[in-house]
Amino acid sequence: MSAPDEIRHVEPESPEIAAARAKVRRRRSIALAIALALFAITFYTLTIVKMGPALFDRSL
Amino acid sequence: MTGETRVEDYLALLKPNVMQLVVFTAIVGLVMAPGGINPVLGIIAIVCIAIGAGASGALNMWYDSDIDAVMSRTANRPIPAGRISREEVLVFGLVLSAFSVTLLGLATNWVAGGFLAFTIFFYTVVYTVWLKRSTPQNIVIGGAAGAFPPMVGWAAATGTVTLESVALFLIIFLWTPPHFWALALYKQSDYGAAGVPMMPNVVGNASTKRQIFGYSVLLSASALLPLWLGMAGMVYGVVAAVTGMSFLYLAWRLLRTDEDVAMRRAARVLFNYSLSYLFVLFFALLTDNLLARFGGFGL
Repeated sequence: MSAPDEIRHVEPESPEIAAARAKVRRRRSIALAIALALFAITFYTLTIVKMGPALFDRSL
Repeated sequence: MTGETRVEDYLALLKPNVMQLVVFTAIVGLVMAPGGINPVLGIIAIVCIAIGAGASGALNMWYDSDIDAVMSRTANRPIPAGRISREEVLVFGLVLSAFSVTLLGLATNWVAGGFLAFTIFFYTVVYTVWLKRSTPQNIVIGGAAGAFPPMVGWAAATGTVTLESVALFLIIFLWTPPHFWALALYKQSDYGAAGVPMMPNVVGNASTKRQIFGYSVLLSASALLPLWLGMAGMVYGVVAAVTGMSFLYLAWRLLRTDEDVAMRRAARVLFNYSLSYLFVLFFALLTDNLLARFGGFGL
């Protein structure tokens, strides 16, 4: 891997931009958590519905 | 701008406006299918079809980001606006496609799952990648992708494809050309700038208007197919006849209007009408079916 031609100088973010960034990231994390929860609930429900009464009709 | 992709951007990639029509027509296909389906499985099937449609929209935006940037209607989409990278959108679209197809197959049957996969493939590869930039018949053939959802819904409930589901397909298939060509007539400078060979840009306004009228005749006739096939009764028949005649009138008025500003206005009126037309038609089909099934009306 070659070294970068120049080291970029990064301006520090203003508190407003940093706060806005954090807010957007937080909303995205919440949306992702909701999507994952829905995914789990969907598969659980699907399993129960597909198996139906047979779920309890098995030898132990 | 914060430089972070917002939740709204991911939702915009799913083309929620297009999704509404897809979901609604899929619900009609699913409900009208004989035999019925477990309501929970039915809801999961509709969600899968919606996610599959959203995945198609995302893959379309991934491939078309270059032309989206030059059209006023699409310039603010997440990729051309710089709010998300193309690579992220590609992965997002592929993951949603795989998820929706797999879940639909597991929840209902693999005919429906395979059909959904084919629909996503058709919209992304056949329409977006191949036809859209190469032929003015792009939306005629590509329109099949938008017409498949009621068949997918039907297949989810029955595990098969029948003449009745093909009739639902045919209505949307024949609706697509007048709908999009009306849009293209008043947005043709946009499509011209993007190099998309829409019908008005290739063959001119006069020929496009004639073709719009021709397809409108076929559409109005095909809207009566459910009646002839015994899928619907007189409630639907009356709605299909009245809305079909109105569609024909607006298409005829567009055909007879040559002056540029008036022609664009007539095209916009037809475009807006065509949107509500399909909703009303499928809503009538659904209502008629539910009345006959649960209301005790043998209309």
